[in-house]
Amino acid sequence: MSTTLFRTIQPNHFTLLTTALLRTRTKTSRHISVRCQTSTTTQQPRTSAPKNHGSNKLDEILKDYEAVIGIETHVQLSTSTKAFCSCPNSYGSHPNTSICPVCMGLPGALPVLSSKVVDFGVRLGLALNCSLSLKSKFDRKQYFYPDLPKGYQISQFDVPIASGGYVDVDIPLEFGGGHRRFGITRVHMEEDAGKLLHSDAGDYSQAMIVSKLDLVDLNRAGVPLLEIVSEPDMRSGVEAAEYGSEMQRIVRYLGVSNGNMQEGSLRCDVNISIRPIGQPEFGTKVEIKNLNAFSAMSRAIDYEITRQALLYNQGQADKIVTETRLWDEGAQKTVTMRKKEGLADYRYFPEPDLPEVILTQEYVDSIRASLPELPEAKRRRYEAMGLGIQDVLFLANDVSVAEYFDEVIGKGADVKSAANWLMSDIAAYLKNEELSISDILFELLAKGGTVQGMIKEKDLITDPVEIEKMIMKVISESPKQLEQYRSGKTKLQGFFAGQVMKMSKGKANPALLNKILLEKLNAKE
Amino acid sequence: MLSTLQPPRSLTLLPFRRLHGSKTIASLASSSPTLDASSVSPPQSQILTTRRSLLSGETTASEIAKSYLSRIRLTEPQLKCFLHVSENVLKEAQEIDQRISRGEEVGPLAGVVIGVKDNICTEGMPSTAASRILEHYRPPFDATAVKKIKEMGGIVVGKTNMDEFGMGSTTEASAFQVTANPWDLTRVPGGSSGGSAAAVAANQCMVSLGSDTGGSVRQPASFCGVVGLKPTYGRVSRFGLMAYASSLDVIGCFGSTVADAGMLLHAVSGYDRFDSTSSKQDVPEFESQFLSMDSFESKPLKGVRVGLIRETLEEGVDSGVRSATQEAASHLEALGCLVTEVSLPSFSLGLPAYYVIASSESSSNLSRYDGVRYGNQVMADELNKLYDCSRGQGFGGEVKMRILMGTYALSAGYYDAYYKRAQQVRTLIRKDFKAALDHNDILISPAAPSAAYKIGEKKDDPLAMYAGDIMTVNVNLAGLPAIVLPCGLVEGGPSGLPVGLQMIGAAFDEETLLKVGHIFEQTLNGSGFVPPTLPNVA
Repeated sequence: MSTTLFRTIQPNHFTLLTTALLRTRTKTSRHISVRCQTSTTTQQPRTSAPKNHGSNKLDEILKDYEAVIGIETHVQLSTSTKAFCSCPNSYGSHPNTSICPVCMGLPGALPVLSSKVVDFGVRLGLALNCSLSLKSKFDRKQYFYPDLPKGYQISQFDVPIASGGYVDVDIPLEFGGGHRRFGITRVHMEEDAGKLLHSDAGDYSQAMIVSKLDLVDLNRAGVPLLEIVSEPDMRSGVEAAEYGSEMQRIVRYLGVSNGNMQEGSLRCDVNISIRPIGQPEFGTKVEIKNLNAFSAMSRAIDYEITRQALLYNQGQADKIVTETRLWDEGAQKTVTMRKKEGLADYRYFPEPDLPEVILTQEYVDSIRASLPELPEAKRRRYEAMGLGIQDVLFLANDVSVAEYFDEVIGKGADVKSAANWLMSDIAAYLKNEELSISDILFELLAKGGTVQGMIKEKDLITDPVEIEKMIMKVISESPKQLEQYRSGKTKLQGFFAGQVMKMSKGKANPALLNKILLEKLNAKE
Repeated sequence: MLSTLQPPRSLTLLPFRRLHGSKTIASLASSSPTLDASSVSPPQSQILTTRRSLLSGETTASEIAKSYLSRIRLTEPQLKCFLHVSENVLKEAQEIDQRISRGEEVGPLAGVVIGVKDNICTEGMPSTAASRILEHYRPPFDATAVKKIKEMGGIVVGKTNMDEFGMGSTTEASAFQVTANPWDLTRVPGGSSGGSAAAVAANQCMVSLGSDTGGSVRQPASFCGVVGLKPTYGRVSRFGLMAYASSLDVIGCFGSTVADAGMLLHAVSGYDRFDSTSSKQDVPEFESQFLSMDSFESKPLKGVRVGLIRETLEEGVDSGVRSATQEAASHLEALGCLVTEVSLPSFSLGLPAYYVIASSESSSNLSRYDGVRYGNQVMADELNKLYDCSRGQGFGGEVKMRILMGTYALSAGYYDAYYKRAQQVRTLIRKDFKAALDHNDILISPAAPSAAYKIGEKKDDPLAMYAGDIMTVNVNLAGLPAIVLPCGLVEGGPSGLPVGLQMIGAAFDEETLLKVGHIFEQTLNGSGFVPPTLPNVA
């Protein structure tokens, strides 16, 4: 059993590297949050290794294998309504307050496609260099689950709106640098399912029978998604995380999604197999879910590569089975979620309630003309201005930083000095104050004034000791949630953060709060 | 009371009407229709009569409503057409009367008493599709068709019985009750809209809404001797119609005259932003087609090209039905039509293709009935059992059979052989119809291979029941409009059983169907298909 084999693996705790310049805000942010420089920079360079293998020996083993990684990314679109009804698409409302007969799947209700979804699909398809299907259609993907009101998901099966594209990324220098191009198989439109609210009473199905309405929240049902399927072109955790980061950058540049992983607005499922170098066939594919950050994605993949390589190496390749594994943030390892018994048969067939989606060339051209400058183009432009790659990556990472930078140099500032000023003085100052850049820059642009003054005005609690006190109080008051968190339900981080926020009356510096909270949550007693 | 609302409808068969029995094949219509010498006046639109008598003050909406309610009370124990009768009928009628007395405008359907099939959502009124799984379910919204009816002053008198979710051709597959045919209480009214058809035939309501997925309006219209109108796919919004097979379902109309069916269709037609398969085609004003007989010319249908579908008169069709259809063709000729035989080579492929497509879509459409959000839920200790028990106990046998067939047809490895192939057949059928309608204004055929059969007769032989749909399913596969109207009687029951003629038109050309249908109806000798078995209400 893999569990016994790996019981000696030491988990690595989540620690932030000093290279991280800016911090993440929580979901309560009114602004688009600024992430770490690139999220991959916050991860440990190498995954953990079993104690009984020296890291040299492990490297010996790993060098004989090649990982093949493909990623399915679900992007929740920031349209004002759901995909097929006029319910508001709002995150965080009270359960079942943003629902109607259509998204509840009441008898006789019919879906009507919001044109905005097509708009966003075309935007993303073009940004990913795909060819668009001028005539595509919707299909029904059928399965039973309590969070799926109609018993089928409206999706696109054999004719997606966009296919055959690629994306270019730059690997950060600390991971070896270099430029990569990853293929995009397809982009398709679909609807999200609702959520099961797991009650403390235990098994949800039992709880549901007791009080079914309380436990299925359909606010998210029918929210529009774009699913991006990559080619199996990635070979390491770093590449996969960089691919993910680029997706996040692109959807934020395009304005089609807030790309927030914590809220689940950007969800990456990783498919990974390994094979001995030189072998043409793919190995057995394992899916990893529950990846809430690109750093987690990178570590999960590297862990999984190691796990599979060791099994191969020990002649136990048959122990690698087609399954879905969850990334356990607390234990820093992947664990089996469910084995797949044969292929699920979703009985796809064309959705008869919706007409085909017909795009005209003029429409596509008008959207193409309205696309903003995308991250890759920005990076190449900054590079051509003579900036070093690290500066380029930092500046192009966040659309608000890039726009600010462009505006500053547009006003005649010297490129190098402006970049230095942004990256050192401003960023360092913000880092000290544990603030994200978009908190202040745009207000600064609009109102004028100083960075320092702006922070004072916001009156945030930035004293780590004070914040830590509040965190410890919340943790001690929620032993059940803590236990659940430590057994892998890492989404509960949001719960804790929310409680602390409440206690501080919204004044706790969110980035600082999250940093300390993570340390406390992941600490071993 | 009712006699002021409608023309005197003969309760005994007219002496000169002869039956189309297997041996006694006789002419129903004289070879040249005598437009002026009929001893019985032709049927008149109840909607128009109501409008006239309300506005002239001859009667009130309340009086009309009362008389219909008492007729329902009297006949319902035998017929069982309704699953629910509204408590608000009198209240709504009084409101109309008040408006009239205040001199306010009332809608074109003011005071019209309307039955609504139980799979069409009515706000706050039970809507169950005659299924146990939706027992007591009351929708929070009106179907668009119902909303339009209400806006025009129509009174929804109740919800009519049907085969569960529209799956059946006899109304025996209702989870709650079996409806009897007003012409012979031992016979089925047809289905799945059997309740809506029988209620109009028995004059329990003036007109009614049904739904037609493979013939569910037209076949019961034929069995009950009323007019059944299936519009073009997309003509009427499906919003609020509980889906059976989404690409085939349409809401249709029943009336005792072509004019009534046509005016009800006009009321419910039109584009609806809540149904993206509804059409933006203009809805013509049908009313101008319903001229009174006095204004007919001697050959009022001169030049209308009619194609009699050869394949519908072949083996498996009762001889009485066949001869009634041929007589109807002669009658059309006498009215000036140019009748020729046409062939639809793909005709016989329609039935299997229909059952594959309808079952496939239904297996998906009925997935939402899982007992989680609404409808009957069976307690269980784990999720799969909850589904199993809720659906197992909630659905009837016919529904389960079609869900199973559809699930099978859509499964990986079978999809190409069944669903995809059925869609190819559908394309062929569409093409054949198109070709035939390029050379003809309308096509005609029987509405069903036989008249109404006995309750229980085909209950254990689903294939025989399915075969009865052969005349109608192709029209749904092609999405075309069709009207069924009574054209004769065959032997059976206490005084004969009605037989319907089906007229099929080009897409969105309901107008021609209504025009031809109206003239056909008004000129048919011995018009007035009134079932003999029911007590009259004084």
